[in-house]
Amino acid sequence: MRRSFPLAWLGLLPFLVFAILFLLLPTAYLVIGSIQDPAGNFTLGNIAQLFQPNILSAYWISIRISAASAIIGGLLGFLLAYAVVLGGLPAWIRPTLLTFSGVASNFAGIPLAFAFLATLGRTGLVTWLLFTYFGFNLYATGFNLLSFWGLTLTYLYFQIPLMVLILTPALDGLKKEWREASAILGASSWQYWRYIALPVLWPSILGTVLLLFANSFGAVATAYALTGSSLNIVTILLYAQIRGDVLHDPHLGYALALGMIVITGLSNGAYLWLRARSERWLR
Amino acid sequence: MRGARFGSWLALALGVLYFLVPLISTLEFSMRMKRGEYSFEAYRVVLGDPRFQQSFLYSTTLALATIVIGVLLVLPTAYIIRLRLPKLRPIVEFITLLPLVVPAIVIVFGYLRIYNSSSFLPMTASARATDLLLTFGYVTLSLPYMYRAVDSGLRAIDVRTLTEAAESLGAGWPTILFRVILPNVRSAILSGAFLTFAIVIGEFVFASLLNRPAFGPYLQLVGANRAYEPAALAIIAFLVTWACMGLIQVFGRGTRASRPSL
Repeated sequence: MRRSFPLAWLGLLPFLVFAILFLLLPTAYLVIGSIQDPAGNFTLGNIAQLFQPNILSAYWISIRISAASAIIGGLLGFLLAYAVVLGGLPAWIRPTLLTFSGVASNFAGIPLAFAFLATLGRTGLVTWLLFTYFGFNLYATGFNLLSFWGLTLTYLYFQIPLMVLILTPALDGLKKEWREASAILGASSWQYWRYIALPVLWPSILGTVLLLFANSFGAVATAYALTGSSLNIVTILLYAQIRGDVLHDPHLGYALALGMIVITGLSNGAYLWLRARSERWLR
Repeated sequence: MRGARFGSWLALALGVLYFLVPLISTLEFSMRMKRGEYSFEAYRVVLGDPRFQQSFLYSTTLALATIVIGVLLVLPTAYIIRLRLPKLRPIVEFITLLPLVVPAIVIVFGYLRIYNSSSFLPMTASARATDLLLTFGYVTLSLPYMYRAVDSGLRAIDVRTLTEAAESLGAGWPTILFRVILPNVRSAILSGAFLTFAIVIGEFVFASLLNRPAFGPYLQLVGANRAYEPAALAIIAFLVTWACMGLIQVFGRGTRASRPSL
């Protein structure tokens, strides 16, 4: 056994070398580049430059879209998961919904944009149906698929199913005995949820909402296919910067990437921490 | 209680509406190419387009390469962590989760800076080398899913006993890993593989920024220039995703059925 110890380390080597070359080093390069000036001296100037209106607004709209799609997706996903786990629906609905959620949570990117253009675009089916049968001109109300709400509505298509997939096992973890015990002690349904179920569930709920936030914050393809470059979200800005240095400052580009890592890192870090917490109860 | 059940039905109905309407609309839109009648003309055009065939074949090849490299990388690592170096588990798990923390567009940005044609490892200098870099990028993207799939597969079997039995029969480590352990976690690996396939096949950012003729950039190009073909492509992409997820379920069920006979 002792002899095999260095061998075991040797076996980890390919993985570690791969991770360093294709994950850690590329990220570190950008992080270091973001605190250097073109001559290679240390500076916080690039990060300070992020606070110009054009970049700040890109971050802000990205954050708003991600937050809206995460919170709404989290809420609707929770309701759906609740409906199939505890809502007394026929048993066949649950596996059907979970399978569909597995597909829909992976149905992202460019095809999703196409689907929503065919639905709510100017010549989309729903737009047309509303106009023909209800005389309701969707686009006269100021709605536009290439906008904040349009993008949020589109993102919900993969956000809701992801919430369903993660929360269904968490809801399964609520033990029937807890509800019975609280009922015997005279608790109302509201008290059961307020003092027992939600305190057990909230790390999963909050954690998953944070995961959804990071999930849509880093998304590029759907927004790009939907809006071209007309909507100034941070991933589109970074995409344009990588393609053609639109900011005219490579180091500012690195700082832009650093800002994204910080935001997704914080929300994912909090998600992982909350997940570890929730596992204490939901075994 | 009756009110609660009504609420459940309502939630479900709204969910079904939200999820089915875009699919129906897309299907309907994709069949409108010929004026005045429904037809599969858009599908015929798309499937007959040589660029569709080339880019789909290209992405399929890359997805298969990603799966092979991913398994070769992840299986030995997860095995060693489980059997010999459990102390390192938090570090390895942290690394495998990093691709969820660092957005894909940031990772590929780093690649373009580090592996450009004047660097120590000029992987963007030729088309073949860039293909390799793109594949490695996809391995990185699929790392969280692949590692979790393989690791949960290993958790379900008795790795130590299998290893000791194989060792006492004189097997070396390649035999243990690929002829004893691998067949036992086959279904876990397959589910990781199909998920990887679903992710790689339509991936856009990596392929577009590395300038390779993959399916994702082709989709974007068609979307920018055509009316009905994008809808047909969306339906095709949805079916591919559905097939991958369906296969995961089929193979996932296969294990449970076959476990007692092990």
